[in-house]
Amino acid sequence: MSLSAYLPIAIMALLASGFAAISLGLSRLIAPHNPTPEKLDPYECGIVPLQEPVQRFPVKFYLVAMLFVIFDVEIVFLFAWAVRFTQLGWYGIGAVGIFTLLLIETLVYVWKRGALDWNVARRSRRRPAVVEPLTEKAA
Amino acid sequence: MTHFLETVFQSVFWSAVIKVVFVFALLLLTALILVWFERRVVAFMQNRVGPNRAGPFGILQTLADGLKLLFKEGIRPRKVEVGLYLAAPIMAMIPAFLIFLMVPIGAPIHIGETTVTLQGADLNIALLFVLAMSSIAVYAIVLAGWASGSKYPLLGGIRATAQMISYEAAMGLALVPVVVFASSQIAGGSLGVGTMSFSRIVALQAGSFRGPVPGWFVFSLLPSFVIFFTAAIAETNRAPFDLVEAESEIVGGYHTEYSGFRFAIFFLAEYINMFNLSAIAVTLFFGGWLGPGADLPYVGWLVPIFWFLLKTYALLFLFVWIRATLPRLRYDQLMTLGWKWLIPLSLAWLVVFVLLQGVRVFGMPWS
Amino acid sequence: MVELTLFVIFGLAAVFGAVSMVWARNPVYSALGLMLTMLSIAVFYVSNGGYFVAVVQVIIYAGAVMTLFLFVIMLIGVDKSEERTERLPVQRPLALGLLALFAAGVLWAGRLVWVTGAPAGVVPVDGSIEAIGTELFRKWVLPFEVTALLLIIAAAGAVALALFREDGGDE
Repeated sequence: MSLSAYLPIAIMALLASGFAAISLGLSRLIAPHNPTPEKLDPYECGIVPLQEPVQRFPVKFYLVAMLFVIFDVEIVFLFAWAVRFTQLGWYGIGAVGIFTLLLIETLVYVWKRGALDWNVARRSRRRPAVVEPLTEKAA
Repeated sequence: MTHFLETVFQSVFWSAVIKVVFVFALLLLTALILVWFERRVVAFMQNRVGPNRAGPFGILQTLADGLKLLFKEGIRPRKVEVGLYLAAPIMAMIPAFLIFLMVPIGAPIHIGETTVTLQGADLNIALLFVLAMSSIAVYAIVLAGWASGSKYPLLGGIRATAQMISYEAAMGLALVPVVVFASSQIAGGSLGVGTMSFSRIVALQAGSFRGPVPGWFVFSLLPSFVIFFTAAIAETNRAPFDLVEAESEIVGGYHTEYSGFRFAIFFLAEYINMFNLSAIAVTLFFGGWLGPGADLPYVGWLVPIFWFLLKTYALLFLFVWIRATLPRLRYDQLMTLGWKWLIPLSLAWLVVFVLLQGVRVFGMPWS
Repeated sequence: MVELTLFVIFGLAAVFGAVSMVWARNPVYSALGLMLTMLSIAVFYVSNGGYFVAVVQVIIYAGAVMTLFLFVIMLIGVDKSEERTERLPVQRPLALGLLALFAAGVLWAGRLVWVTGAPAGVVPVDGSIEAIGTELFRKWVLPFEVTALLLIIAAAGAVALALFREDGGDE
């Protein structure tokens, strides 16, 4: 296997992006173009938009991305071991086993800390205020 | 004629060009058919007729829709970030087309002395390449959402990214047993490369599992397939995981502000991705192009392609069936399913499978 | 020849990406510049036979880490206008001086080693995933296991950063 195996990928990348660019350009040429101020407003179900889009997102998304990085690294290492499964034998399984155990521990830790609970914020706000403010805390 | 074709396919450059153009045309054609296929199947499942006017059985409907979109005004709202807004559809196209290059769609063909593989590129690391491309595919969506300068696209883009990366982790973990299985079948000890090449994985499934049952990996690796397929539905943002474009909550999601042919490009990429993942599932779990009848005279080389397409469309039917059956999940349910069910399940399956396979291949660890 | 062409094209792309990352006023464009650099480096790996490292580069850096960056940017808010006043008055001259020093170092090192005409590596290196798997588990097992510890620390740090308020009570 050599560099030439990657040639189709380069050609396809050029072809796909070229096709998209040319067809978009073509559409621009033949499609009508008469913008009006209302048409150029951001979409808001037919009414005049009042708010700017939110610029801040819950921190949970950051956690998910961080966890994804961790799992991705793990997956890449697992593949490097999986292709040599036969040659590495029980020794390889042991090495990867320790690694995977540590990873599972990470998952358990994150889970226990509630980083994977997506509806917890809403519930914790509602419960003390509406349902039973004091007993909840005592429990 | 034969001689000419032989010369062409012996040239690295021209054979690459021909294969790429072929794959490109196949994917465009597939997207056209697939959109129609989905609309028809969903229509029948909902007791409707579906598009049936344009061409025989309405098969030209998508082409008509595409042409219509080509003639539609592409509205570019005031608040967009122009550069990224225009680039995002193109960025969506590239990974969609690149992934399919890895998939072998038929048995190698012999033209004279030359063997031509029906596969865009046979990389050693095809499986990792697919994962890499699907992580690149996230960009188009998050950037389209952000560059639109509008609230629904932004929400859709962020949702999409979190969803896609969560399920990509599950997908990657579910694929590790496949590679373990493949590499333990390749003669032990030899330093053979290409354990992750798709052509090799298809070849490994040629035998028989038990008696008349073919040696497809799905029989040994059913949990991997189930996790992979679930993750594939989420990766392509399809129902019941289509929160990215949940109309009742966030209008059109990341492509709300895209109209005309820009929208068509996103649509195209989405359907091509669906086809890609079905094709990869077929390659990894259902024996790819393997099937009886490849030794028939004259049409023998077409038979594997037929089997490949048949299996892929069977999985695509499953995609559509699931869409027609299941209601959309809520966002927290989606994340719970991904992180608290699929990833732990795939880890558990990995551990169980590796231990079993270890005992089967090497005997007990203490012996 | 092919390698040289690739190097020139993607070298320029990598430098452009790096410069635009520092230059861009909008953090999203900075992230995109960094992504361009990462992808160009992946091309270098491929052209030098490091197929596995190349695909890892795309999966981990161009894929996962950049997604993380984009999320962090979205988390902070994109429209925060950057503060243009400089806290450290000497940093620009200092940076220029360091740059000149670095360039001189590169040139010096280049004169020293490159133009000898001798092959750089002694043994031809096999960049396939199989070779790397063997190496990783035969020679480098300990660093590999330590990586897992590092990942745990990363996860713990992320959780501590993101959820530290829950200990204090009100969310």
